[in-house]
Amino acid sequence: MTQTSQATLALKVEDLHKRFGAVEVLKGVHLDAATGDVISMLGASGSGKSTFLRCINLLETPDSGNITVHGETIGMTTDKSGRPTPSDMTQVIRLRARLGMVFQSFNLWSHMTVLENVTEALIHVLKMPKPDALDRAQATLDKVGMYDRQDYYPAHISGGQQQRAAIARALAMEPDLMLFDEPTSALDPELVGEVLKVMRALADEGRTMIVVTHEIGFARDVSNKVIFLHEGAIESEGIPADMFGNPESARFRQFLSNTLH
Amino acid sequence: MDSVWEYRNLLLSGTAVTVQLALASLTLSVLLGLIGASAKLAVNPIPRRIAGIYTTLVRGVPDLVLMMLLFYGGQQVVNDLGAATGWWDYVEINQFIAGVWSIGFVFGAYMTETFRGAILAIPRGQIEAGISCGMTPLLIFRRITWPQMVRHALPSFTNNWLGLIKATALVSVIGLHDLVWNASTAGRSVREPFSFMFAVLIIYLILTAFSDVGLRWLDRRYNVGVDRA
Repeated sequence: MTQTSQATLALKVEDLHKRFGAVEVLKGVHLDAATGDVISMLGASGSGKSTFLRCINLLETPDSGNITVHGETIGMTTDKSGRPTPSDMTQVIRLRARLGMVFQSFNLWSHMTVLENVTEALIHVLKMPKPDALDRAQATLDKVGMYDRQDYYPAHISGGQQQRAAIARALAMEPDLMLFDEPTSALDPELVGEVLKVMRALADEGRTMIVVTHEIGFARDVSNKVIFLHEGAIESEGIPADMFGNPESARFRQFLSNTLH
Repeated sequence: MDSVWEYRNLLLSGTAVTVQLALASLTLSVLLGLIGASAKLAVNPIPRRIAGIYTTLVRGVPDLVLMMLLFYGGQQVVNDLGAATGWWDYVEINQFIAGVWSIGFVFGAYMTETFRGAILAIPRGQIEAGISCGMTPLLIFRRITWPQMVRHALPSFTNNWLGLIKATALVSVIGLHDLVWNASTAGRSVREPFSFMFAVLIIYLILTAFSDVGLRWLDRRYNVGVDRA
């Protein structure tokens, strides 16, 4: 708990609020992620964990609260009708390129091959020369075990392969932080393992990751911090050994027993 | 049939006018369709309502009626405006321009629906993936939305295009010397209307057959990565 660790935080989220109509989905959530942290976010569906993740790169606009990426706080203001909106869209677009996102439904671009999916943002967002982008994309695909499938279209490969390609797409940008939104929830059970294996390898090489998941095993074995959300607020958080070994929160115990059955 | 051959230059020049009219109207209708579709998908209700009125009105009225209204009515509006302001004297609107505007306006409404549906068919997640990679809205449109929109739009676009080619025949009623006008004039003068209309029919068939080849090529090009049923 030194001052320097504050300065090097990969991500700091303070007092995040989000409301959809009459429903308050997030009621002041905070999060500190140091470089190299692997944080698992657990919670029942509707607890707000996906919304929280989507607020970090402003796929959803939070109603209030601060988001700071590597010391740079996203500037917010209100538009004419009083809705919150980013004060500088170019800042948001620039920061998004440093936050890799992996979705539950993969969201690969269906008109591009696996390789084109990975090179797309390298060439058009990072403005890399094509040969360099190609090299980096192929190296990244090799890492997730998709080198052999680089010329396939998303419709012609399995869900697990699609998700590994989507991870490669995010990873190739060399982001400061990777956000995973239930990356294995849309997969057939026999395909979950190959995706978790890739994520485990990323954690082992020191990537900073925030993972919204239902995989208790991943949360317990891979992450160094676990956050349990309940109805839009942090109910309980801590290191996995404490959280799973001796859960203080009755709600978390309830959640665990429901999930494990 | 000999007389048709004798009048071949008249028929050919008419065909050229028809093709030019069709291509110019197509361009206008695609532009109006893109504007209309983005208006219909806008968050702001005002453009949504205007585009709604446009498509409802145009699709609910016979094309011919609308064309005559736009041609004669447009002429009158322009001249009334000139008389009221004193900025210009009597203007005779060029029939070709009038034809392009009427057909383009009518088919712009159909294109609006075509493009709106095509954009809606692209999974929202693919747009979000673009946003998350730090793409600007323009880049997302150019690289993700447009190529997939074309694919989804092609079947309905093909229908619109064939309808548009056929609708060019209506423009002969406002006096544009297109294929139909030239053929019917020639047919009346040599008293062989049947032969001339039969020639027109063949020429229209050739035009649509050519379009079919072009559209098939586009369809192959924009359908990569998609399983065919």
